[in-house]
This record gives sequence, structure tokens and C-alpha cells, in this order.
Amino acid sequence: MPDNGEVIISIRNLSRKFNSVTAVDDVDLDVIAGEFLTLLGPSGSGKTTVLRMIAGFEKPDSGTISLAGKDVSQLPPYERDVNTVFQDYALFPHMSVAENIEYGLRVKGVSKVERRAASEKALEQVRLSGYGDRKPNQLSGGQRQRVALARAIINRPSVLLLDEPLGALDLKLREQMQIELKELQKELGITFIFVTHDQEEALTMSDRIAIFNKGKIEQIASPQEIYERPRTSFVSEFVGKINKITVGGEEINIRPEFVTIFRTESTAVSQLKGRVKDVIFSGAVTRYLVEADRNPMIIANNAHDSIEVGDQVSISWAKDKEFLVK
Amino acid sequence: MHKHPRARLGALLFAPGLWLVVAYLGALAALLVTAFFTIDSFTGNVLYRFNLDNFHDMLTDAAYKNVFLRTLGIAVAVTVICTVIAIPMALFMAKVAHPKYRKILVALVLTPLWASYLVKIYAWRTMLEPGSGVIDWLLGPIGIHSPGFGGSAIILGLSYLWLPYMILPIYAGLDRLPNNLLDASSDLGAGNFHTFRRIVLPLIFPSIVAGSLFTFSLSLGDYITAQIIGGKLQLLGNVVYQNFSINLPFAATISFIPVSIMALYLWMVRRTGALADL
Repeated sequence: MPDNGEVIISIRNLSRKFNSVTAVDDVDLDVIAGEFLTLLGPSGSGKTTVLRMIAGFEKPDSGTISLAGKDVSQLPPYERDVNTVFQDYALFPHMSVAENIEYGLRVKGVSKVERRAASEKALEQVRLSGYGDRKPNQLSGGQRQRVALARAIINRPSVLLLDEPLGALDLKLREQMQIELKELQKELGITFIFVTHDQEEALTMSDRIAIFNKGKIEQIASPQEIYERPRTSFVSEFVGKINKITVGGEEINIRPEFVTIFRTESTAVSQLKGRVKDVIFSGAVTRYLVEADRNPMIIANNAHDSIEVGDQVSISWAKDKEFLVK
Repeated sequence: MHKHPRARLGALLFAPGLWLVVAYLGALAALLVTAFFTIDSFTGNVLYRFNLDNFHDMLTDAAYKNVFLRTLGIAVAVTVICTVIAIPMALFMAKVAHPKYRKILVALVLTPLWASYLVKIYAWRTMLEPGSGVIDWLLGPIGIHSPGFGGSAIILGLSYLWLPYMILPIYAGLDRLPNNLLDASSDLGAGNFHTFRRIVLPLIFPSIVAGSLFTFSLSLGDYITAQIIGGKLQLLGNVVYQNFSINLPFAATISFIPVSIMALYLWMVRRTGALADL
């Protein structure tokens, strides 16, 4: 996250209903200039509606959206200094890649020569040099994604809005694009507001994550804090696996990978004892399903060759990794 | 038969194929051939002798040239008027109106097609009647008068009749146009006019062409509207109608004009590529 901490977008008491369904319910949010902020939540949680209201595609029922200190909540999209990368790219099918990218500059009346130079640079930035003359339907999904990105960043918006831009890509391409997007954001210094329902994606890319649930923000914090210190039980369950166990009448939450297990004969200090019900090998980690004092637990750890189904095990974790939720 | 998909397909397509070849192409061929015959000026019987006299008469007589140009002008005017009215209507239906009202709006656009053509044109006749018609009665006090029977009345009547044929394809085209393209254009700084000109219009162009094929060809061939509200004005269709009983070969020759114009129009449209995604 950039250090100056200047607020670029300030959202206050934002609400929006669709018919009788409340999509966004009294949301406050400050976006800091230059940060990569992710709006994360299940579908229908209001994250996309917030993004669409920042872009101007939806008008709020109440509340304000200030961009660089100016209330823009009633302005049409074309009068806001933000650009959007759409989920299904929304490239203009009758225009070439270059024409698509230059569209924003053309609308502003930038000369053809300048436009061409700018679009070539933008194509270079998204690693698509030489594709300017193609039509969108001649490109793969990943390439279209890059064109959509180039079309947005060429306008140098103060904020770039990304609406699940990687959702349609296959896993490998998605992981590659996550890294590229993050690098591009650092290189450009533009504030990114990124909407996704993929918690891993959010944890990988973001400076901060805002977790949405039922139209409200449950928590907004750094990925590490969200993961290790989730404030609500919704957040704790949404951003990863969680063990809820009762030890001596007290409810404790702990992530599977912070728990270690040993064979019972081990001398290590243990907090619980249990029996291994299943061992699931998945490459880098092995997951153990353990029944511990009537608490079913998942434990993710480096493989212990010696632990098998039916074994009695000791279970322990560092106290500071426990957390309580509302 | 299940083992012979080709035979099955052939059996399936036999009846429509027969219809297409005999009733449609056959009639067109008969028309073409007839145009080159002539009639015995005494008996009025058709003489089955190949000659170009009819074409010579048609091309040299200034009266036919005028009828041709008038018909073409009216067909173009009707097409332009229908397009100009249909685009905002279709835009409203497809993009502005609440989705649950869209089907009702489509049905409303279609309702005039359920009424007889003749009823509608006679209704226009009573409305356009100079002095006593509905238009003069209703709008006369504010200074708007009926154009009377003639070219303007024909354009008005035909535009009214063929408007649904223009609205429906444009509506279908707009319905297929993803909203996020409009959002994207707006997001990139384009106002509504710019979005319409650079995004909407190019993308619905094939639909406009499809609609114009209807409005243009239906106007080129019409003669009833001209007869009822056209006053003394004649269109190509009227010339064909009048010659039908007295000089069939010449009527066939005249009817070649709209057929050729439509063939030319289709060819031009094809060159623009608009038919490719229809």
C-alpha cells in the first residue's frame, strides 16, 4: 500500500435496492490512492453493485461517492475519471483491437497520430504488440482480457475498476494474469478496485480486502489480517478453511495449517488428543481429518509418512494463532 | 429410412423444394419469358415471338420513366421515414422499457398487422379527405391541413403500413446488443449521441438493412394504396395492373423493373456484408 494514505474515493452511507432486494446496505468505504483494493464476497453480496455505482452504471438510492473530493454519485459514467474492465470484456465487435483501445482518446478528440502511438504503447504494456489490426473475435479469452485492460489504462484514469476480470479464464492463465495485473498496477501507480468471489485471488493480489456479505462490509483489512484475524465468523469461513473447536468450554477458531499433529507417543506438548479418520494427499500439503474430543478437525500439514487412518494423535498449535469471532 | 439420412432429408425437403422451384422460380421464369413476347394489336392475343419491343417502349417513353422515378422515390422515402421512426421506438422497447413490458410492446407493434390492409388504407382515406377528413377537422384549427390525395398521402400510408416490418428487426438487433457495450462506451467517456453513432448504429446496421428489404420491396410493388389515396398518381404497380388484362407481355416487362431494382439492392447490401450476420 502506498505510504501517503491520501483518500481517492470516499463512500458514505451508500445504499441501493433492486425492487425489494437490498443489494447495498449503508456502506462506508475509503479507498486510498494507489492501493490495490479487492471487494470480495459471494455472489449477491453487493460488491459488484458498489463497483457499478462507482463507475456510474447504477445510481445509488442514498449516500455519496466522492472521487478526489468531489461528489460524483449523480454524474453519468462519461463524466467520471474512472475506467472499467468488464467481466466479459465488452470489446466492441465491429472495431479492430487498436480502434477499441483508442476509443476513449477518440471520444476526447485526440489526433490520430497521438492515438496510434498511445495504443501501441498500451498494447506493449499488456504484451500484445502487433495485434492492433485484429478483430476481437480473432483473439483468445486471455488476449481479449488484455485488450480490455489496455482500453481502460490508455485513458490514465485515477481509478481502475475491475469486475471479476479473470473469471472467464482457465486456472493457469488466471494465475499468470494475477501476477501480471499486480505488476501492471505497481508500474502504473493507478488505484485498482478489483471485484472477485475468489478468496485465493483476493489474498494473492490485494493491498487491502473488503469482505462483503448481504450488502454490508464485514471487514476491511490487509490480506494477512483478514486471514489470520478475521473479525466475524462469516469472514473466517469465507477466506479459508476453519476449525471451530471447543476446548474446556471455550470456543476457539484456528486455521488448519497452523495446527500440527504428532503420533501419540511423541513427547511434544499437546492441547488435544484425537484419532485420524482420513488422510487426503494433495501434493504440497496433506490434510488430515481428525476427531478430537468430539470436535471434527481438519489439519493441513506437511506429510507425516508415519501417520495413517486410525492412528491416535496429539494435536497442538501456537496460542497466538487462535482467534475469536463475532 | 433411418439408415439413409440423405433419403430422409430429400423426402423432407421435397415438398418445399417443389413449391420453391415450381411456384416461385417457375413463375419468375414465366414472367421473364413473357416479357419478350408481344400482342397482336388487332385481336389482343399474345404472340409467342421473341422480340425486344416491350423493353424498347418502356425505356423510350418518358411517361414510364417518370412512373419509375416516382415509385423509386416513394420507396426510398418510405424506407427512410420507417427507419427514422423505428430506431427510437425499437430503442425504447429494447433498452429503456422495463423487461416485463417488452413483450407487450412487441405485441402492440404487431397489432396493426392483424387488421386488413384494405381497412387500414380506407381508414387513411377518410382521415386524409381534404376538407371533411379527420386530419382537417382535428388539426385544421391549428393550421395543419391534410396533404390531400397524392404522393405525400401514399408515402404517409405506406410508411404506416410497413413500419412494423422495420421496427421488429431493429428491435431484435438491439435486443441482441449487449448492454455492457453501451456501458463500456459511456465508461470510456462517450456521451449518448456518440455511443449511438459509434456503437449502436454500426451494430444494428444489418437489422436496418433487413427491415429496409421489407419496406423498400413492399413499397416498390404496391398499387392498392396508390389507387385509394394516391389521387391521380400512378406507381409501377398501377401500370402493371392496368396492362395486365390488355397487354400481358408489357405488364411483365414493367414488373421487371422492381424485380431488377430489388436484385440490385440485394447485391449492394451483400457487398456491405450486412447479410452475413443476419
